[in-house]
Amino acid sequence: MSTSNVLLALLESGPAHGYTLKRMYDERFAQRRPLAFGQVYSSLARFERNGLAELVEVELGDGPDRKLYRITPGGVQVVSDWVFAAQEPDVFATSTLFARVSVALLTGRDPHEVLDAQRATHLERMRVLQAERRKAEGSDLLAVTYELAHLDADLKWIEQAGQRVTEGLTS
Amino acid sequence: MTGFIEAADVSLTYGRTTALQGCSLSIDQGERVAMMGPSGSGKSSLLHCLAGVLTPTSGSVALDGHRLETLSDAERSRLRLSRMGVVFQFGDLVPELTLLENVMLPAQLLRMRTRDARSRAMELLDRLGVAAVADHRAGGVAGGQAQRAAVARALVHRPQVVLADEPTGSLDTVNAEIVLDALVDLSVECEAALLVVTHDHQVASHLDRMVTMRDGRVMVTSGV
Repeated sequence: MSTSNVLLALLESGPAHGYTLKRMYDERFAQRRPLAFGQVYSSLARFERNGLAELVEVELGDGPDRKLYRITPGGVQVVSDWVFAAQEPDVFATSTLFARVSVALLTGRDPHEVLDAQRATHLERMRVLQAERRKAEGSDLLAVTYELAHLDADLKWIEQAGQRVTEGLTS
Repeated sequence: MTGFIEAADVSLTYGRTTALQGCSLSIDQGERVAMMGPSGSGKSSLLHCLAGVLTPTSGSVALDGHRLETLSDAERSRLRLSRMGVVFQFGDLVPELTLLENVMLPAQLLRMRTRDARSRAMELLDRLGVAAVADHRAGGVAGGQAQRAAVARALVHRPQVVLADEPTGSLDTVNAEIVLDALVDLSVECEAALLVVTHDHQVASHLDRMVTMRDGRVMVTSGV
């Protein structure tokens, strides 16, 4: 995920301070990894430098200055381009799991043991997600079902891989 | 034998075809188990043996200590009717009856008062989001609605064992979630042992434990 494009997009709903942006990001997109303040402020500085956002006002206080940023038309265009550009599907072509199963095969270890352990771990995570899904709403529901669907796809591959290994990897 | 419902060393052959070979499976009261495996691995055969619909060639199936193979057909049917609820992939409702009449059927066969049966059936149809079509004939409603009614019918008499064979196999993801959430919730309320046969890991992830079958054998169990 492009964190900086998401931060820029969050400015579209109205001018915001860095702190507010971080909070909005963490609520909707962070899932298990909250954003560092440093990344928010460095992104905002870069947006300003590149003409994607502009400084509206600076509040002086006891601590650091509070800067309010607004997105520019150029920034809105960058968000649009990013939202509608289809991703290259090759991001899904490799995975650590695939590498571990391949190494098990290459080195004479039991690939079924690798697959069985991963199946159990995936299912355990899916059980947690199913419980979360039942309470989730809005973008949280989308996030939970996104993760469930991807774990489900992994499990389909785990079953296929197990079957193919058993059959001697012939097509 | 220790589980509430269990198969002990069950084998089943049809002519020269072996469907099950030495299968053992035990499910406690209140436990929720998924059974997965490739097509033809024996999942449905084992479920039908547990339901007492098929009689194993060898081995034993017991429900709360009653060994099914020692019972007469009438006794087995009575036990199934009073203690079990069964859901199939396509609901298998009586198409000429309304959803409400379908759901009331097991309760009425068990001689529950009509008023109580109707009230319980309507409560379940309401919880499953199909009360508005309760008076529609089963043959005329959408697949998702019929399947929700099938879950209500399986649970109307508060069974101690619920067996479901691909209960969401014909449904889209959202309808499948509704049906499964209801199946699990109602089974929890009845403290029933729940066994769900499925191809779908998302379905399995609603349940506490998974049993995998291959070539007529119970291979792996994993879970909590």
